[in-house]
Amino acid sequence: MIQVNKQGDVWIFAEQEEGKLSDVPLELLSKARELADALGVSVGAMLLGQGVKDLADTLIAHGADKVYIVEDEKLKAYQTTPYTAAIQTLIEDHQPQICLFGATPLGRDLAPTVASRMKCGLTADCTDLQIGTHEEKKDGTVYENLMYQIRPAFGGNIIATIVNPERWPQMATVREGVMPMSEADSSRSGKVIACQAGLNGFPLPLTIHARHREERKVNLKASRIIVCGGAGVGSKENFKVIWDLAHCLGGQAAGSRAAVDLGFIDHDHQVGQTGTTVRPALYVAVGISGAVQHRAGMQESAKIVAINNDPDADIFQVAHYGIVGDLNQVVPMLIKAIRGGMSVKTAHETPEATHG
Amino acid sequence: MGYNIVVCAKQVPDTKRITGEAMKEDGTVNRAALPAIYNPEDLNALETALQIRDAHGGTVTVLTMGPPNACVILRDSMFRGADRGVLVTDRRAAASDTLATSYILSQAVRKLNPDIALCGRQAIDGDTAQVGPQMAEKLDMTLVTYLEELIDLKDREITVRRNVGNGWEEVTAQLPVLATVMETANHPRPHAAKRIMKYKKARSKLEMEKELPEGADIDAEAETLAAKGLLIDQWTLDDIDADLEWCGMSGSPTKVNRIQSIVLAGGEYHEFDPTEDGCEKLVHELISDHTIG
Repeated sequence: MIQVNKQGDVWIFAEQEEGKLSDVPLELLSKARELADALGVSVGAMLLGQGVKDLADTLIAHGADKVYIVEDEKLKAYQTTPYTAAIQTLIEDHQPQICLFGATPLGRDLAPTVASRMKCGLTADCTDLQIGTHEEKKDGTVYENLMYQIRPAFGGNIIATIVNPERWPQMATVREGVMPMSEADSSRSGKVIACQAGLNGFPLPLTIHARHREERKVNLKASRIIVCGGAGVGSKENFKVIWDLAHCLGGQAAGSRAAVDLGFIDHDHQVGQTGTTVRPALYVAVGISGAVQHRAGMQESAKIVAINNDPDADIFQVAHYGIVGDLNQVVPMLIKAIRGGMSVKTAHETPEATHG
Repeated sequence: MGYNIVVCAKQVPDTKRITGEAMKEDGTVNRAALPAIYNPEDLNALETALQIRDAHGGTVTVLTMGPPNACVILRDSMFRGADRGVLVTDRRAAASDTLATSYILSQAVRKLNPDIALCGRQAIDGDTAQVGPQMAEKLDMTLVTYLEELIDLKDREITVRRNVGNGWEEVTAQLPVLATVMETANHPRPHAAKRIMKYKKARSKLEMEKELPEGADIDAEAETLAAKGLLIDQWTLDDIDADLEWCGMSGSPTKVNRIQSIVLAGGEYHEFDPTEDGCEKLVHELISDHTIG
């Protein structure tokens, strides 16, 4: 572990495969930016691999102030131990206060190994992170400005807020697609720091014989938030409002059978009895009347929001929240409210200068 | 010859049948209020172990940590084919988070000194998938996560197919190896009738103390059971040379700040105006119940 270091930066692990970043590190950066601004420190990204330094610009544009690059032939294809060794060196050299990883298969292999090496705490699969105060009930000690690691537990029956008061860095893995990604700002500037891997003579434990990667298909089942448009959206062009809303919620765009049949969106995105059955945390139905076949495919969602201009539409029968109105007016207002609502939470104490 | 295989298994509350009454005030779980089951993916790990033993010889030891009642899953393992059960039980291990748990279990695995250690990918009560990788790190065993198919094992070299989410890879590693097993790896075998007849009598010492009449000679009874291969080994933290500083509450860096129950909407419906104000109120509602944000 490292000592508690209130000046330490907020770090993310920039997961890449074959020189390509997925959305996950960019989502992490947007959350790291919020946390770092609340704490008045910088955002750092750990970028490990071989021939990956060109990715630093993307990381900076999405909110990194510093990119620590470790390049080595042994980091080209991911293996647990060389990545752990390189990250251990980075953490010990630079003493970040927070390290975030994506809760991807790779992140869930690497982060626990790093935490075990550092003898620090780790919370898996967080759906939210905030800065807050913790009082230890046992002895009344109060810890200021800890990272609240918020996650569902017990099969989603409870929400637990976990803290790591003393054995730092504070580490968490964060679910994919939960944190909204901020837009790239190519005018941002940041520092690129080349670091030594220190892997000379390091034995690689695995021989990787064969690898197969599938084209990333739409995985509605794994989506925590789904925004689904129906025939009421009107046209393929107008379906952009569905994509916009999904993007600003960090969710997945989808369509009803009618929307798919009308060619507004691809069949892979279809929700309903004949498409995919989904149970996300949030389901937003836009311009969907709510035929029984559609309801069967989504009514077990934890929270359902319906937007429709027909107050008698069946979709309102299964909705928890409803807005009766013209989706072309309501959706843009909703996007604006979401952007506002998300930033309000951390806006206090945000030093403007660190936005760069 | 043959392989010394250890399976780490966990008795878990059946999270599909949870109610609010199962939570204690301090935010921890009242396990007594829930049906306890064999963690599903640990059964896949056991099945992988049994297949290796059946093909190559050796022994399968199932290791668990928990209260004395966790012996239920050790007997369950024996009904399916395991050779031996070990229970790590110690009040000083209570309130361990994943780091402390992985430390304690790794000390027990170290004592068993296996060629192959297998765990389920994750347990359904925490879904963290952390203990397997953390044990491998502490034991300096090669970690292979997400085992989906055992392809080959010979000359102390194991080749498996791993599921890496967006595809798969085939990897070879030298033993000793610690692998975490996916539910898609196999179909766990059922209990065998003959094994039930034999192993239903398997007991740990703590269980014997509870069941035998007062004044019974527990050690003598234990010896009798051991001779028949029916004694469930029972280890304390001292038996596995665990450093108490790294166990239980003191060994756990993470603390619970608070716990909230999820309140299901249950047919409640709120309507908001199609205005900026209405949209803001809706978003506020969604943020405050952690649906978004």
